[in-house]
Amino acid sequence: MDHDTYPESYISRILRSVKTIAMIGASGRDVRPSNIVMKYLLAKGYDVYPVNPGLAGKQVMGREVYGSLADIPVHIDMVDVFRGSDAVPGIVDEILALDDRPDVLWTQLTVRNDDAARKAEAAGIKVVMDRCPKIEYGRHSGEIKWNGVNSRMISSKKPVMQKGYQALGIRPQLDRAQGD
Amino acid sequence: MPSNEPGFSTLAIHAGAQPDPTTGARATPIYQTTSFVFEDAEHAASLFGLKAFGNIYTRIMNPTQAVLEERIAALEGGTAALAVASGHAAQMIVFHTIMRPGDNFISANKLYGGSINQFGHAFKNFDWHVRWVDPTNPDEIEQQIDDRTRAIFIESLANPGGTFVDIKAIADIAHKHGLPLIVDNTMASPYLLRPIEHGADVVVHSMTKFIGGHGNSMGGVIVDGGTFNWSESGKYPMLSEPRPEYGGMVLHETFGNFGFAIACRVLGLRDLGPALSPFNAFMLLTGVETLPLRMQKHCDNALEVATWLKGHDKVSWVSYSGLEDDPNHALMKKYSPKGAGAVFTFGLKGGFDAGVTFVESLEVFSHLANIGDTRSLVIHPASTTHRQLSPEQQVAAGAGPDVVRLSIGIEDAADIIGDLQQALAAV
Repeated sequence: MDHDTYPESYISRILRSVKTIAMIGASGRDVRPSNIVMKYLLAKGYDVYPVNPGLAGKQVMGREVYGSLADIPVHIDMVDVFRGSDAVPGIVDEILALDDRPDVLWTQLTVRNDDAARKAEAAGIKVVMDRCPKIEYGRHSGEIKWNGVNSRMISSKKPVMQKGYQALGIRPQLDRAQGD
Repeated sequence: MPSNEPGFSTLAIHAGAQPDPTTGARATPIYQTTSFVFEDAEHAASLFGLKAFGNIYTRIMNPTQAVLEERIAALEGGTAALAVASGHAAQMIVFHTIMRPGDNFISANKLYGGSINQFGHAFKNFDWHVRWVDPTNPDEIEQQIDDRTRAIFIESLANPGGTFVDIKAIADIAHKHGLPLIVDNTMASPYLLRPIEHGADVVVHSMTKFIGGHGNSMGGVIVDGGTFNWSESGKYPMLSEPRPEYGGMVLHETFGNFGFAIACRVLGLRDLGPALSPFNAFMLLTGVETLPLRMQKHCDNALEVATWLKGHDKVSWVSYSGLEDDPNHALMKKYSPKGAGAVFTFGLKGGFDAGVTFVESLEVFSHLANIGDTRSLVIHPASTTHRQLSPEQQVAAGAGPDVVRLSIGIEDAADIIGDLQQALAAV
């Protein structure tokens, strides 16, 4: 995968297919970016498992915090990394040591380690780096448009409405529209 | 997706807009409402805490305005935009976001007269200090920079003389000193020139001019280029320090490459208040759809008119960078090859009095203080837009006593020239 530019269909398919997300570097402080993203992903129906050894056993947004990926008792579809780029190789090693590996490794804005990504991809894990799932969900659903952000999306199709006011989802046809 | 980026005309029509999901309305509706209902207390808290995308109150954001914002951000190649009540409001909010009392910024001295007043007088009340420079003199710019300098400001195509500025050269100076380059792109519009491609970090517009294009609605916009590191130097605490009004959130860290636009919205527009009316946003959106067509016609007409004026025996000089022998022609070819814009100045041999007679004799041209209308417009800057400047400042700004400024409309060129011909005959 070219990690400079991702096909929109690649991102869209990941956001639509994953259900359980382990968030490494989750924070209990409510203005930290990790906390904001976790809150948003929970609101969008994802099952988020915070991971932070310093907070293990405590709760963040009503969710139990785990000390490591290996401690999480369910299958994880995606690991979302809120750590520095230099922490990514260790996280990949941790993932590869699991019996039940995740399908996707996602690292947040500014977090990128191409060597670690290649290792994960060689094991069949999809990788997204230097992106934010909240921003990408906002772009693909159109929610981010409300705040004047350039979504770089053009569509003459109906936005997907979710329950409640001001809640949009991701359109399932995008893959076909993009020719794959 | 640079490989399949839509073209400019496609973006001018589609960027930001989608059919309304409940009614199917295809044109963007005018959301003429002050406020938006919260789903529940949790949703309200998320919106107020900047944790969810969405609308709260039209002083901060509005869905009609949002389409316009994304449209302009896309046309300029920026990451996000904030639309406000006027171009002056846009400048006010940009500087409010980056300046603290005692700070200064460097500005080109060739500017719209209203900007010269805003920077030179109104900003003094906030203890913000402008340092005027000749934008063609890089040494002068560098000499004026000190440790309290926070930005460099230029117009891409300078009012009123219609001269292009070497954006890349000034961007290089700004970045060498760790400063953002802010460019007013009103006169060129993104159809002719996109400053972010040449190194600008922030672009502002008076949308009242070419973007709206029909002389019917005021509006301003701030475009975040997404290029500047607001956290590196510690000089921009509004972006790099925890904000008490948002529970200690750090805006640049949280919003990344569109953090500046968000800071302008939630710290500037929210607290200073110059919101754009949804109706004006709708009018400006309607206008911008035809920006590529109008701007090309403006440029084609202006070149024809400037060429004709240059040959007239009562005209002493014509300053239009579209003319091949104009000193600014090389920069125009570099930065704006599709045309040199609609606005230019010329001098009457008869000086100040001839200027007054000429302006009063025109029948198609409207004598008023605006540019970028479908209609052809005329003004005598020394007695109007630049009247409050000293004689030296007037000359420095290209607005001396013999100067007439035209904003060429999109009427038939023959009728524009015919009107100029009869008015010159009266001089």
